[in-house]
Parts: sequence; structure tokens; C-alpha cells
Amino acid sequence: MSLFTDIGHLLAAGMMILSFLLLYQDRITATLNVFAAQAIVLGLAVAWQAELQDAPHLFVTAAIALVVKGGIIPMALHRIVRRLEIHREIEQVIGGGPVMLVGLGLVALSIMLVFPVAGGVDSLAREDLAFALAVILLGLLMMITRRNAVTQVIGFMSLENGLVLAATGAKGMPLVVEFSVAFSILIAFIVFGVFVFRIRERFDTVDVGALDRFRGDRGD
Amino acid sequence: MLILALSCAAALLAVAALAVALGRASSATPIVYAASLAASLVLLVGALVRLVADPGQVSTLTLPVGLPGLGSHFRLDALAAFFLVVTNLGGSAASLYALGYGRHEPAPRRVLPFFAAYLAGMNLVVLADDAFTFLLTWEFMSLTSWALVVAHHDEPGNARAGYIYLVMASFGTLALLLAFGLLAGPAGAYAFDAMRAAHPEPAVAAIALLLVLVGAGSKAGVVPLHVWLPLAHPAAPSHVSALMSGVMTKIAVYGFVRIVFDLIGTPPWWTSIVVLAFAGLTTVLGVLYALMQHDLKRLLAYHTVENIGIIYIGLGLAIAFQQNGIAWAAALALTAALFHVLNHSLFKSLLFFGAGAVLSATHERDMERLGGLIHRMPHTAVAFLIGCAAISALPPLNGFVSEWLTFQAILVSPQLPQWGLKLMVPAVGALLALSAALAATCFVKAFGITFLGRPRTRAAETAQEVDRISLAVMFAFALLCFLAGILPGLIIDRLGPVVHGLVGEMLPPQSGLAWLSIVPIAAGRSSYNGMILLIFLASSATLTAIFVHRFATRATRRGPIWDCGYPQLSPTTEYTSSSFAMPIRRVFGSTVFAVREKLDMPAPGETRAAHFQVKVFDPAWRYAYGPLVRATTKTADRLNPLQFLTIRRYLTLTFSALIVLLIVVAAWR
Amino acid sequence: MALILDLLWQAVQMLLVVAVAPLVLGVTRKVKARLLRRRGPPLLQPYSDIWKLLHKEAVLATNASWLYRTAPYVIFAATWVAAALVPTYATGLLFSWSADLIAIVALIGTGRFALALAGMDVGTAFGGIGSSREMLIASLAEPAMLLVVFTVALLAGTTQLSSIAAQMIDTPVGVRVSLALALFAFVFVAIAENGRIPIDNPATHLELTMVHEAMVLEYSGRHLAMIEAAAAVKLVLYCSLLACLFFPFGMATADKSLAAVSLGLASYLAKILAFAVLLPVGETLVAKMRVFRYPVFLGGAFAAAALAVFLQFVSRGF
Repeated sequence: MSLFTDIGHLLAAGMMILSFLLLYQDRITATLNVFAAQAIVLGLAVAWQAELQDAPHLFVTAAIALVVKGGIIPMALHRIVRRLEIHREIEQVIGGGPVMLVGLGLVALSIMLVFPVAGGVDSLAREDLAFALAVILLGLLMMITRRNAVTQVIGFMSLENGLVLAATGAKGMPLVVEFSVAFSILIAFIVFGVFVFRIRERFDTVDVGALDRFRGDRGD
Repeated sequence: MLILALSCAAALLAVAALAVALGRASSATPIVYAASLAASLVLLVGALVRLVADPGQVSTLTLPVGLPGLGSHFRLDALAAFFLVVTNLGGSAASLYALGYGRHEPAPRRVLPFFAAYLAGMNLVVLADDAFTFLLTWEFMSLTSWALVVAHHDEPGNARAGYIYLVMASFGTLALLLAFGLLAGPAGAYAFDAMRAAHPEPAVAAIALLLVLVGAGSKAGVVPLHVWLPLAHPAAPSHVSALMSGVMTKIAVYGFVRIVFDLIGTPPWWTSIVVLAFAGLTTVLGVLYALMQHDLKRLLAYHTVENIGIIYIGLGLAIAFQQNGIAWAAALALTAALFHVLNHSLFKSLLFFGAGAVLSATHERDMERLGGLIHRMPHTAVAFLIGCAAISALPPLNGFVSEWLTFQAILVSPQLPQWGLKLMVPAVGALLALSAALAATCFVKAFGITFLGRPRTRAAETAQEVDRISLAVMFAFALLCFLAGILPGLIIDRLGPVVHGLVGEMLPPQSGLAWLSIVPIAAGRSSYNGMILLIFLASSATLTAIFVHRFATRATRRGPIWDCGYPQLSPTTEYTSSSFAMPIRRVFGSTVFAVREKLDMPAPGETRAAHFQVKVFDPAWRYAYGPLVRATTKTADRLNPLQFLTIRRYLTLTFSALIVLLIVVAAWR
Repeated sequence: MALILDLLWQAVQMLLVVAVAPLVLGVTRKVKARLLRRRGPPLLQPYSDIWKLLHKEAVLATNASWLYRTAPYVIFAATWVAAALVPTYATGLLFSWSADLIAIVALIGTGRFALALAGMDVGTAFGGIGSSREMLIASLAEPAMLLVVFTVALLAGTTQLSSIAAQMIDTPVGVRVSLALALFAFVFVAIAENGRIPIDNPATHLELTMVHEAMVLEYSGRHLAMIEAAAAVKLVLYCSLLACLFFPFGMATADKSLAAVSLGLASYLAKILAFAVLLPVGETLVAKMRVFRYPVFLGGAFAAAALAVFLQFVSRGF
């Protein structure tokens, strides 16, 4: 197996490890930094794929990932977190140990799903696809095990990182699809940001558990 | 040889009768135990001779007693010979130990007859060759051990322990009965030879295997059927606890091996996933339970559960390999499991003998009331230490060898093609690695709190060393642990014919290898040499000692404990067993056992004591048996009014039952 | 003749690990001091420390038992034998087949068992803290270590260290995902087992932050010298394992000519010293964790190693 494909695998696996790290981080600034690192690794992985597959439009995707998701969005989130004054909070991750075990199970599940199905494809794409699916599932897991709205957004964005990796792995994605996906993510992100501020204004906290108390028709 | 074995078993039954006849005579104890010792030794030697000299030979015998048309069949082959060795090694050691320990027995008439009968029952189970004899002797073994468990029935908790044991044993026998029924088929061929010849369909084989897992597993202590074990084993007298933990659980393993590998022969491969899943769960839960205990005997009983898990991991792997046609790997896994059977009976018996010694010297079972016994009972301490080191799988002792073989079997497993196994085997490997590390923690705690430190109560301060016979037995077993660790090749070779009879292959012969190492697969692949390691360790230690004594000063001074300058505090400031286990309790216990700790500290200036409360919930009782018991009680309550109906109502009930059955008969037509 | 030469190479390895150990410790301390803008002790200070301790009178508590007095010998012997069995400058030494990776991990466990019991012997609360925390770390780190062993063994097809090293040198393994995960897990485990920051601070004087130091609090004189030496040898052991499993370049394999052996020795010393410099850099970057965050740290290592094993089970290409 050549060095090039090995490094490609390594970058995909690096993204998966960073997803795991995101799962159990309980400091918000550290979570943002890990997410930025994941976006940078994504950029590198996509650039590597661009080199391997000889698909220059993927370089644009890589640049977008690096600049927007590895630079602009984390910096913006850092500023938001500072303004919300939650940058020193330690968040209770729901069930640390079992969550890691479930994460391992999700990785096993993605491998079990992808390998038999993608039997005919060459092994490079197969393994990258498995890792990408794992990143997607781990992003979802992160969203459901968090109480803080900001970290739930991070989970959502890491899910999108996984989507981009999956798409590049399978012999490239048309540029227009990439643009539209990125644009919709940006809109969603802006909406999230606005909502987080409104939640904070109203309830003086971004703990989404607090929202539960104000649901109508609870019957008690 | 088979006749000899049966006569020894009959002799043991006669000894039981003799014990009843001797009644209160003070000579009853030494006579009964000496006679049991003699019978067990004869059986041991005979079985060893058979295993070494002519393992391939199979002797059978049919006695006309028993079910009409069936009789009772007995059989002695390599597997039976091996388990006879294990049983009688434990039996003779327990009898010899009891010659010293049994003198302190307050109610000998409750113990002596059942002890000899128990030994007889265990030996007969191994020799049984048809379903009826097997079940009869199995139940006999359960009942006699039950009688031994409730021998001290007025001690708190023992009555409940006996009750739960009886319920679980009956349930296990029921499962085995159903399994035998399935295997015998509609023709009712209950003889094992007929079952061997028949090839059941995969569905039937699978259900039979699961029933045997439940039946034999409950006697062995597979989670969640283990709940009786930590209650019953400590309740019995210590030599009986050693037999129950060290030998009876192995008889249960024998039952599983005999029925699954010999009678069923070819279960479908997915049953190995079930076995592996429960085995992995058993391994980890057993050691975690053991870590939460501060009663020495209960800790040892829970730890038995962990070792049974390790044995079942080997058995599950053997089933998986065999169904995929990789027979040599199946032989490796099965050898690892059977080696662990022998090892566990050795070191668990040793540990229980040690616990019995501590109990008879201090009358305390709670570790938190002991301490400093290494000074008062130095010989027991050495033997117990060797047992602890062996069970923690430290080279060059024997526990390490069987764990090493199990790990080698796991490392061969990528050859298995099925996805379920690819998922389950690494998980089981991870669980095995975790439990191996936790076992060492458990026994550092057990030895450290009981024997090291300073005595915490008067009983520990005034303990006396036990009698020489008990010490001799303990040291003999410690020596056997050593020998099994340095000469594992001998044991693997003796296990070869046993394994060959079950899976059709055996490990390459180990005796001819250079320097007595073991090479289970191939020379470049993996090898281990306990003897060289021992020599290496001994010479390094000696070299260090020589260097230190040559170049360093030999001056030594005794002084008060340093303790960072604090003045000599009372022994209550020492670590207790629950404080030692606290980090483990926090890390693992909060998820597995839903541990809740509550600390009530007095404010500065108050003079009342602090209060620390730990609540540990047993998941087996909480999730499995609790709901079951509640459902049963509720149903029983609902059905209770049936006992108090009027005569007219009873007649109505009988009449409607009759009508319903007649309708069914009419509709069936 | 060949047997004598083989014996000689094995003896050289045994002496090498003991001789180099205090130097590695000295380099670590010097680099750490420099990073903290101090001058630091001389590089050969640990040798002088051990010499000094050997010549001091050993003070034993009145209730110290025979276990307390023999434990230092057992700890040193177990660690020394384990370190001597790891190929350093050459593979295929005389007794390398007697104990494979699993046995080496278990030998380290033997040393730790003896140390934990020695900590509990005198019956102080500090000894109890040390032993209990050490066993907690062991119960988390040893499984991770075993899983790293499994990953490497599954990749190389053997658990023999010499064969693993020879295979890694001779056949190009490439940069594999499972090896990367195993490396990650191994580094964490090595930090935990050697009691370095962020698990334990080897230079602390606060008893409540101690793990290793708390277990040996009562020891003095030649006993303490042996335990300190054992700790240094353990550090060399883990560095040698790191070099042998993941960076085995330069080791003499089948050809044991003087040139090959000298190259092996030089590359081994270079690697050990490189690790001795990288370790304090890592230590300075992070702070010590509180005890109940160890499961997070070590659980991450366990998860990485478990993932690596699972990947190996799934496909040899990973």
C-alpha cells in the first residue's frame, strides 16, 4: 500500500479521532479549538484527495474548509462565546464513559455498513467512506449528549464536515453542490447564532434544559 | 480403572453412612476426613495414571440400577479422567485441610456425612454416561452441597443463602432436563452414546446449547445466574467453600463441555456469539463485584465468577473456531480453557484455605476488622500471597500461562469470517484485558488490607498461626501453582488427548521443546518460557542483592513510622477496604452499580462522629431478579383467592376445565 | 563460540538498560529545568543520587515486615528483566523468545503488584493513597497497553518482540491508521505508567498529589535507591518499547557484525535521548490532572487502542 493512500487514510482517521475528542470535551473554548482543528484536517484531507484524484475543483472545497470552517467560523464563535460570557463554564457532558463506548459502537457500525456494500470499490474509497460515516454519526451523537446550545451547533457543524469528507472521497462532488451545501450551512449557522442570543436574553442561560420548563400544555 | 473409580465413589457413600452411624463420637471427624482423603487420593492417582499412560482408551460400564430399560451407564475417557484429577485434587486437599480445620467445627454431625456424600456426587457426575444418571448425580451433588451451606443455619444470612441456592439449582436442573429432552429426541434415546451418534438439526442444537448454558452456567456462575454463588459459597465451612468454588464450578464447566462438544458436536456458529457475550459480561462484572466487597470469603466467591468468565471465553472461541473449520485454533482455545480450569481450582482452593485459616484464627471474615496478620500468621501469609500472585496472572506462576494462551487464541481470531464474531471477539479481548488488570487490584486489596498494615481490632492483634496440617496443604497447593507455571508444557501435553477427543485436533507436543518452553502455534509466532523467566528473575534479584551488599552500607535502624512526621496515629487512620476500592468505585461503580456515596461531616467544633454511607445496587437483582420476584409475587397474590373458594366454586372450576378439554378434543378432530 | 557471543550480546543489553537509565532521567530533568528558565541539576546527578542513597542507613518502621524489605529487590528485578527482554540495539538476542510482549506487560504488572503491597505494608494513610491510586491507574492503563500489544501483534502476525521489530524493519509497513492509533494510545499509557505529568508529578512534595512517591514514602537508604533505579529503568523500558515497536530503524537484525551492532547502539541511544528531550516538553505544556479525570485521559487511550484492534480485525489493510 503506497504512502499516498496511507496518508489519505491517516487524515480521515484524524478527523474521526477529533470527533471523539469533541465528544468528551467539556470546556467550550477547547471544543471550539478542536472543531477548528477538525476543519483544518478536513481541508488537508480534501486537498490530498484533490491531488490523488487529479480534481482541481476540490482544491476550492479544501480552501473553503480551511478558511471558512477552520478560521472564520471558529473565530466568530469565540467572539460570541466571549459576549455570552460562558467561556469559563464547564459543561456536564451527559454520561462520559458510556458515551465513549457508544461512540466506539457507532464506528463499528459504520464500518460494518460500508464494507459489505462497497465491496467492489477500491479499498481507499471504502475506508474513507467508513470513516466519513463515522464522523457523521459521531457528530449526531455529540448533538444529543450536550446541554449547551453552542456545543450543539458545533456538533451539527462537525456532522457537515463528515458529509464533505464523504462526498470528496467518492470521486468528487460538483462544485455547485458544494457551494449550495456550504451556503445553506452558513444560513443555518446565522440563524442558530441569532437564536442563541435570543435564548440568552430571555432565559439568562444557554442551557437548553431551561427551555423545557416553558413548554406549554405540560399538563402539570 | 472405571470399576476402581466407581468403587471409590461407593466407598465415599459408605463413609457418609459411617458418619451418620458414628454420631457424636469425637473420633468421627478424623475418621471421616481420613477416609475421604484416602478415597480421593486413590481416585486422583488412578485418574492421573489413566491420563498419562493410556488417555485414548474409553471404558464403559452399565449397571442394572436406574430407569427400567435404561440402566445407568458410566464412562471413563480422557475428558472424564482430566476432570477426575481436578475434582480429587481439590477433594483430597479439602479432606486433608479439614483434618486440621474441622476440629473447630461446632456442628460436625451436620457437615461430615454430607461432605463425603458431596465428594461422591461430584465424582459420579463426571463418570455419568446417560441423561438420567447425569441428572441424578447432579441433583445429588446440589442437595448435599445445599445441606453443607445451611449447616450453620442460625448464622444470619445463611438460611436465605440456602434458599436462593436451592431455587437456582432446581432451575438449572430444569434447564438441563429440557436440554437432554431435546437431544434425546422423540425416540427417547437418553444414553449419551445415542446422543453422540445422532446429528440434531441446527435449530435444535442451538436451543439445546442455550439451555445448557443456562443450566450448567447457573451452577458455574455465569452472569446473571450467579446470584446464589456469593451468598452460598461463603456460608459453608471454609473447606467446603474451597470445594464449591474450586471444584463444583468446574463440574459445571465439565457439564457444558461434555454436552456441547461431545454430545451436540456441531452447534451453529452464532451460538458462540451468545456464549462470548455472556462470558465477557461475566468476567468484568465478576471482578467489579469482587472489588466492592469487604468480606474476604465473599470477595473470593465473586472472583470465582470472573474466572468462570475467562473459561467460558475460551469455550466460546473454541465453538466459533470449530464451526468455521479451524480446528487447530479450536484446540488452542479449548486447551486454554481447560488449563484455566486446573489453575483456578488450584489457586482458588488455596485462597479459600487461607481465608479459612484467617477465620479460624481471628473469627472475623470482614477485612476491615483485620490487618497486620503477616506478623501473627507468617506462614499463612506467604501461602496466601502466592495464591494472590497466581490469581493476578503474574509470571512465572500458573495464572499467567492460561491467560496467555487465551490471549493467543484471541489473536488468532481475525481468521473468523463472520462479522458478528469480528465485532464480538475484539470486544471480549478488551474486556478480558480490563478484568486482568482489575483482578490484580482486587488481590492487592485483599492481601494488603487483611495481612499488611497494623491490626485494626483485638482479634487481629491476638491471632495465632493455624495448625501444621492446614499449612502443609496450603504450601502444597502453592508449590503446585509454581510448578504449573514453570512446567506448563507437561500439562498441555496431558491435555492434548482430552482436546483431541473433543475437537479432533490438539496442540503440537510441548515436551520436546528446548528449555521447557511452550510454543502453542509455531516457533516464530509466540512462545513463553516460565522456567527461564524464573531463573532470570532469581538471578537478577541475586545480582542486585550482591551488588547492594558489596557496594552499599548494610546498616539498618528501626524507628517509629515516618508518615510524613505525623505522630503515631491509631490504626483507624489506615486505609480500609472500601477506601482502597473507592477510586474504582467512583470510576466503574457509578455506571455499573449506580453507586451513591453520602458524606455527613460535622461542622468544626461539633464533637459528633462523621458519617459515610455507600449504597451499591447489584444490577442483577435490580434489573433481572427484582422485577421477576415482584411479578411472581403479584401473580401469586392474584391467584391466592383460589385457595379459599367454596365447594360449589371448586366444582364449577373442575367442570369448566373438563368442558374446555372436551371442546379442544372435539376441535382437534 | 557463537553461543558465547550471543550470551555476550544479551549481557550487553542487560547492562545497557541499567547504565543508561539514570542518564535518561538526568536529561529529562535538565531539559525541564531549562524550559522553566532554571539551570537545572548536572546531567549525571541521578547517578550521584543513587550512590548517595546506597551509602545511607536504611531506617525501617518498627512494624515493617519481610515483604517491605524484599519488595525493592522484586521490583527492581522484575523491571530489569522486562527491560532486558525488549530489543534495543539488536533483535533476536539469546533469550528474546522466552517472553513475548504479553509477558513483558505482565512482568511490569509483577513489579507494580510488589510496589503496591510494599506501600500498604506499614499501614499509613499515605501508603494507602499511593497504592489505591496506582492500582486505579494500572486498571485503566494496563488494558490499553494490552490492546496496543494486540494491534501490533495482529499487524505483525506474532507477539514475539524480535520478530515484530524485524518485520517492521524488513517489510514496509507504511503509515497505517491502526498503528497511528496504537502510537497515540501507547504514548498516553507510557506517561501514565511512568508517573509523569499529567498523571503524577515526580517532583512533587505535596502528599495529596502523590501517587508513586506516596507508596515509597517510608523507604530510605539502599531500598529507596533500588526503587528509584527501578523507576528509571521503567522509563527506559517504555522508551525502548516505543523505539522498537514504532521506530525500529537502525536495529541490527540477522547480521550481528560489529558495524551493524555499533549502528544499532548509536541509533538506540539517539532515539532514547530524543524521547528524553520530548517528554519534558510535553510535560511543560500541560498541567497535572486531578485524580478523577484519569479515566477520561486513559479511557481515551483505551478507546483508541480498542478501535485500532477492531480495525485490524476488520481488514488487514488498515
